[in-house]
Amino acid sequence: MVPSDLRYTKDHEWVRLDGANATVGITEYAANQLGDIVFVELPEVGRTLSQAGVFGVVESVKAVSDLFAPLSGPVVEANEALAGKPELVNSDPYGDGWMVRVTVSEKAEVDALLDAAAYEALIAEG
Amino acid sequence: MSVTGPRLQPTIFERSSPGRGGGKIPHAPKGALERIPAEQRRDAPPALPEMNEPEVVRHYVNLSQLNYAVDTGFYPLGSCTMKWNPKLNEWAARLPGFAGLHPLAPDGVAQGTLQLLWELEAALVEISGMTAVSLQPAAGAQGELTGILMIRAYHRSRGDVERTEVLVPDSSHGTNPATATMAGFRTVTIPSAADGGVDLDAFKAALGPHTAAVMITNPSTLGLFESRIGELLEAVHAAGALAYMDGANLNAILGRFKPGEAGFDVMHFNVHKTFSTPHGGGGPGAGPVGVGPELVPFLPAPRVVRDADGTFRLERPGERSSSIGRMRSFVGNTGVLVRAYAYILAHGGSGLHEVSDDAVLAANYLRIRLAATFDQPYGDRVCKHEFVASAASLKKATGVRTLDIAKRLIDYGYHPPTIYFPLIVEEGMLIEPTETEPIETLDAFADALIAIAAEARETPDLVREAPHHAPVRRLDEAAAARQPNLRWRPMGGAETPCPD
Amino acid sequence: MPYGPHTPADRARMLAAIGIDSVDELFQDIPAKLRASRLDLPGPVPELALAARLQDLAGRNRVDLASFLGAGVYRHYSPAAIDQLLLRGEWYTAYTPYQPEISQGTLQSIYEYQSLIAELVGLDVVSASHYDGAAATAEAALMTCRATRRERVLVSRAVHRHYRETMATYFLGGGLDVDAIALVADGPAAGTTDLAALERLLADPDRPVAGVVAGQPNFLGLLEPMAEIGRLAHGAGALFVAVVEPVSLAVLSPPGAYGADIAAGEGQPLGISPQYGGPYLGILAATDSLVRQIPGRLVGLTTDLDGKRAFVMTMRAREQDIRREKAASNICTNQALLALAASIYLATLGPHGLRDVAALGAARAAELEAALAEVGATRLHPGPYLNEFAVEVPDAPTVHRRLLDRGILAGLVLAEAEPDDPTLADALLVCATEVTTSDEIARFADALSGVLRGRPPIAVEAGAGALAGESAGAIPELSR
Repeated sequence: MVPSDLRYTKDHEWVRLDGANATVGITEYAANQLGDIVFVELPEVGRTLSQAGVFGVVESVKAVSDLFAPLSGPVVEANEALAGKPELVNSDPYGDGWMVRVTVSEKAEVDALLDAAAYEALIAEG
Repeated sequence: MSVTGPRLQPTIFERSSPGRGGGKIPHAPKGALERIPAEQRRDAPPALPEMNEPEVVRHYVNLSQLNYAVDTGFYPLGSCTMKWNPKLNEWAARLPGFAGLHPLAPDGVAQGTLQLLWELEAALVEISGMTAVSLQPAAGAQGELTGILMIRAYHRSRGDVERTEVLVPDSSHGTNPATATMAGFRTVTIPSAADGGVDLDAFKAALGPHTAAVMITNPSTLGLFESRIGELLEAVHAAGALAYMDGANLNAILGRFKPGEAGFDVMHFNVHKTFSTPHGGGGPGAGPVGVGPELVPFLPAPRVVRDADGTFRLERPGERSSSIGRMRSFVGNTGVLVRAYAYILAHGGSGLHEVSDDAVLAANYLRIRLAATFDQPYGDRVCKHEFVASAASLKKATGVRTLDIAKRLIDYGYHPPTIYFPLIVEEGMLIEPTETEPIETLDAFADALIAIAAEARETPDLVREAPHHAPVRRLDEAAAARQPNLRWRPMGGAETPCPD
Repeated sequence: MPYGPHTPADRARMLAAIGIDSVDELFQDIPAKLRASRLDLPGPVPELALAARLQDLAGRNRVDLASFLGAGVYRHYSPAAIDQLLLRGEWYTAYTPYQPEISQGTLQSIYEYQSLIAELVGLDVVSASHYDGAAATAEAALMTCRATRRERVLVSRAVHRHYRETMATYFLGGGLDVDAIALVADGPAAGTTDLAALERLLADPDRPVAGVVAGQPNFLGLLEPMAEIGRLAHGAGALFVAVVEPVSLAVLSPPGAYGADIAAGEGQPLGISPQYGGPYLGILAATDSLVRQIPGRLVGLTTDLDGKRAFVMTMRAREQDIRREKAASNICTNQALLALAASIYLATLGPHGLRDVAALGAARAAELEAALAEVGATRLHPGPYLNEFAVEVPDAPTVHRRLLDRGILAGLVLAEAEPDDPTLADALLVCATEVTTSDEIARFADALSGVLRGRPPIAVEAGAGALAGESAGAIPELSR
């Protein structure tokens, strides 16, 4: 089950809206597909993301995957805890395993994201 | 943490005891370093271990026994060509005349090695159908970089600076796209066709005025000969691009297919694969590069040339200004090339032909033996020197993965095949028996895989928890990567004062 | 086929199992018009004849000369244990340790190599090996560009020319720039990196510098003001790459102590024979903060399922087989066996033995300096050196050739190595190590004196090799 209160991308990022800001992470499905995550590279605070652009990299023991920005906007916070404990992405992908907080600059982009049902349908296809 | 396995070894640092060792080098006279200004001198000696010779030798002999190797058993590691490493070649490379020769020795005192290199180049030209060969690249990947940089120089020499892309199939070695990036190109990955071969239409659609080169492994990393290669090469050249052949799989086609004659413009050889120079636990290798006529001017410098009087020499600095330059110091991994030369002469043309015949015969025999047990993702097509089997159906039925099968093979006394490569095959195993394994070994290996497949159905945990009989069990690779410990931490500097 | 196992009966059995009559049927997938017609090579040569052929070729090289040639590759005594251990098939016929459960020997040896080199250079992260000193230096320069996101590297002209040229080739693709830092022309610091020139190059605001590369000892054998070069580099936001010779690090301040961010160098002096260019050992080390930038394999310590200590290749996702076009480098095959040789060398000699190697080389070089000065060939530069230096000799190419006729390999003709530097026009670069004997030094000085005074050569007795000199001569004969 994917959390119903979040929005999703087809690249397996999730977005939690919180007023003007949005928190971004990767879904449990993505974390499981990657396996044991050993390193997360995140953007510096202040960098402006553009939707669908690469904003970071996540590495597992034997795989690597780009992180695609679900939204455009400046990064206001990056999860520094992941530097020392990248395994948080596996153990708590929707909580302590979050990656960045972004100030939403295009509200329309949020509306275009998948809802939980649509994302569940996507991963059910494989 | 302690070393608990009976066969595991403490590190050399744990074996060290202050005051041990010595007796190898005479002591320097007092004051030998007085001319070195104090601020340039090292404060404390490096904390290297202090061991006597018996301890050193036992350490490394015991460690060696934790390794699997061609000398100890069957090593069917696809794409790596783990064939027999002839012992004569080790002897030859150590002959004082070869081993003791300084790389900047004047040509006149290096005639033996220069002649060997010159002859080796000629042999590789004959084997590949290329026009000329550089022996400088230190490994296959460096050969790739050399080749792609030459292609870059070729286009630029014609004022064509718009070619910014290199096309590779999705089954390629990772070195191909990594090389393209290093050489300043954008990689365009082309999905393979359903039969595992190059998708000619997809390539044709991607080719254009921006294409600098196409990199093709032939036979492919699936062990299949690219039967559409002729058409592909025509399309590449019609688009003004050049064709690079990754020669990793040359062992399959010696005497049967010459890339240069077929129209490839540049290729590398992995002499540590095709020509049996040992892999050394990861290296060294050598990656000579062959080129067609249009790329000869760009070959790295220096090359070995033969003067009119029959003597050999290295090109002088600046002698060939069109060269892309130097890929490394000196002439190349000469000691490796001595071994390759010996291998080629030991076989001759007929013997090399037979190498490929037997390598392909053994691979097809093993493929047939395993056809009822594992999936053949590309049908029952004839393979070349290696083939892909897949455990996808077995995994679906039992939950046992290819990784588990590989680890269980260790218990049966075999080195596992290459697994999960090429990336496009689900639960793939790339199996390369080589030409130097007897039929009894091939049969025993096939029997082992068939037995493991049965175990996967009957006692899956036995397979999932393998290996059971190796020096260690499966490792915590995630912990190793999350909190990397990449060096031993000594307790301080060396514990005994330096003499002098 | 000399190493193949198949009898005609074996082949027949395999063909039958496949269901074909001839092996040719397995090659029908090669289009007919692309099939090769012949393989025109001599052989097969039986082992007896091949051994003779190889011995003949090896015999055409002259390795009996009294050699004072270094210039990046050095003769050292290699303890007998090293090669005996390297000849164990478990080492040299294994592949890359992708299956850690049956590769703990190789993995632990690489971890120990990383640790030994970390000790020598004073930096914590050491790659499992690169091709050679030149390629390692080029990779180090690329690291500085990635880490700083700048595109220009400064390299001292006193870094080995082959390294500078390799760097230039490696930089072609990225469109990166390499600028040379001039050397001091005269005075006490002659032949070392010109700090004022470095400051000027670093000061260009439009062309920020990613890294500064200098060698210690430098190509001319001189000691560089490394700490000062590092300070200048860091002051401009650039990283500092030290190109080092590993034996010297037994006695010279290590890169980690003078602020280098990266150390690169040629590991050949650590027990590896010259063998006309390789295989050698590219050393590449960096500070912990650059661990994500260092290319090549890394081995780390971990545990197995039972908690037993074990070793494994780690941080693999940086490498080309996983990261493909986004990998920092395309390196795959490395020089693992040579890293093993270096480890055994260091373990056998230990800290004091390695110091003896370096200090004895320094002593022999002083002896060489004095002997050459006595016959009129004095040092070109006044600064301190360890075991290699340039001497002034009129018409150096001719003198070098005439000395060769007398059985002396009189180092390197600097005008041929560095044709653009007028200060090196009449000079030889010579070195001594612990294997250089007083007898060889005396023969060199005597022959040089003869050449400079136009004395005709006398017949040279070949074979007065390294160990036959005075260190052996000083041993009294055993008698009853």
